Amino acid sequence: MLTLLFDGVAYGMLLFVLAVGLAVTLGLMNFINLAHGAFAMAGGYVTVLLMNRAGVPFLVCLPIAFAATALLGAVLERTLYRPMYARPHLDQVLFSIGLVFMAVTGVDYVVGSMQQNIHLPGWLQGRLPIEAVGIGKYRLFIIVTCAILTIALQWILSRTRFGSRLRAAVDDPRVAGGLGLDVNRIFLATFAVGSGLAGLGGALGAEVLGLDPTFPLKFMIYFLIVVSVGGTTTITGPLLAALLLGIADVAGKYYVPKLGAFIVYTVMIAILLWRPQGLFGRAAAR
Amino acid sequence: MSATPDAVAAPPAQRNGARSPAARSLAGYARWRWWELALFAALPLSWLLLPAQSLLLNEIAIVALFAVSLDLILGYAGIVSLGQAAFFGFGAYTAALFAKDVLPDPLTGLAVAVAASALLGLATSVLILRGSDLTRLMVTLGVASILYELANKLDWLTGGADGLQGVVMGPLTIPGTALAGFAFDLSGRTAYAYSLVVLAIVLVLARRLVHSPFGVSLQALRDNRLRAASIGVSTSLRLVAVYTIAAAIAGAAGALLAQTTGFASLDVFDFHRSAEVLLVLVIGGTGYLYGGIFGAIVFKLLHDLIAAWTPQYWNFWLGLFLVVLVLVGRDRFVRPWTWFGRRSATR
Repeated sequence: MLTLLFDGVAYGMLLFVLAVGLAVTLGLMNFINLAHGAFAMAGGYVTVLLMNRAGVPFLVCLPIAFAATALLGAVLERTLYRPMYARPHLDQVLFSIGLVFMAVTGVDYVVGSMQQNIHLPGWLQGRLPIEAVGIGKYRLFIIVTCAILTIALQWILSRTRFGSRLRAAVDDPRVAGGLGLDVNRIFLATFAVGSGLAGLGGALGAEVLGLDPTFPLKFMIYFLIVVSVGGTTTITGPLLAALLLGIADVAGKYYVPKLGAFIVYTVMIAILLWRPQGLFGRAAAR
Repeated sequence: MSATPDAVAAPPAQRNGARSPAARSLAGYARWRWWELALFAALPLSWLLLPAQSLLLNEIAIVALFAVSLDLILGYAGIVSLGQAAFFGFGAYTAALFAKDVLPDPLTGLAVAVAASALLGLATSVLILRGSDLTRLMVTLGVASILYELANKLDWLTGGADGLQGVVMGPLTIPGTALAGFAFDLSGRTAYAYSLVVLAIVLVLARRLVHSPFGVSLQALRDNRLRAASIGVSTSLRLVAVYTIAAAIAGAAGALLAQTTGFASLDVFDFHRSAEVLLVLVIGGTGYLYGGIFGAIVFKLLHDLIAAWTPQYWNFWLGLFLVVLVLVGRDRFVRPWTWFGRRSATR
């Protein structure tokens, strides 16, 4: 029971790191980016390929996955995404679905469609036996890493100059630009960090979630659930939503495996029906 | 494309003293245009002139019908849906199950599937009334995912991941007429004629619908829901109505697919169905009802062409096409002569 809870928390934390970049682009920049999972997949593949083909240690791979995905995000933001910000939502949806399709088949073509395995270092394998609660070492590692990231993010957004600039740019890009803030550069940096976090999440999650070319499609709805249920006005909303989703999904698959993902979708629809702005969102429609 | 909403703002100069300007403007807007008549004439001609292509044409007609249903809610009511496959798949499974377990008559099956999809649409329409575009996207996607999961898990009923096999359709018979005993054969002649007739009937009905006061009020609430509500249009009821109608049409398209192929699989609920129909509609252009037909023709031909060349990686080119389409601009894409002009028109 407690093991289940623990696994659920680890899963939820992972989902949060994967989806937090989406919360920023979607909530703050009001851009519907269905291709967010593609960045996560990129991070996962960078890690797998580096570890299995070049023999790079796992802990070194994680920052590389972050940096590589962030760079990819920055390049795509500069070239493709920027003209999309002002477009209607339908255009954004079509555009990002197109990117997902390209990413899925592109990876299939380059790497192949088989499931990729990751070989964890020895000190992350096995379980810690604490009072009959089996705690996977790797799960613990995920929780600690993601908790540190969450605290850092919250601190950056609320306490640093960059955070206040970002919030200003989001509230009103024109006024922020008039005050001398380089709005484009702020968005670029934010998008890059968001993509980088997704990449890091993909690298961390390759062992837990599985990694194959259909990753962006399989988890797209999960990321969107986290963001839409959590609301996009704060960081804590998506965090709580991700934890809830993680625990519900793990417990649901354990206790009623016949129903599968059915429960999660139903709960999501019920919550959105009850509170369309998300559980923790303010009622400010943008 | 001449039937754009601009036609409402700029009525043709007609002399008709008895009616109010608004009524005259609406009547001019609803007039049959020559290219519409040409299009309707082309439908039976395609059946007569291209007998060898009936199977492909049948697929095109079904996709076109599906896209028409999406156009009603996207082009006319402005609801971005990623879950139209829910109704398509529901119609397909209903028709297949009905033929397998109850009665193999296609027309009765079609009617049952349409009614069932309409009921599902009515039941789920409350979900799209609230919230932002994102919430609606999520909810429509969620409904399609739930149905996908249900079809997957209820394998005693639906055959699960293997699909529903052993569906035998009876011959097509229209009661009270001499038209009887057309079997669905491998050449697809009957299938295409059947789909074509359904498509034509739906088009005429939908055309009537969008040019009625109801259709015009839908466009009003698409353009500005707050303003539409404040002049007394009851937006919720209209959205429920149009969503239900669109669900019924999507169910008809799904039923046609299941009946003409004698098979229903999980694929009909899949996400790529919803994405594809969105693409089909966007290629053809939204908000004038016939976009789905042109889009379906272009899409299926492209699909055949590229899939013959690289069957496995067809999705890549589809994705590239989508990205380029949006970057160029949807409204400019169908007007190639504006590609190299000034960009200011779209901004």
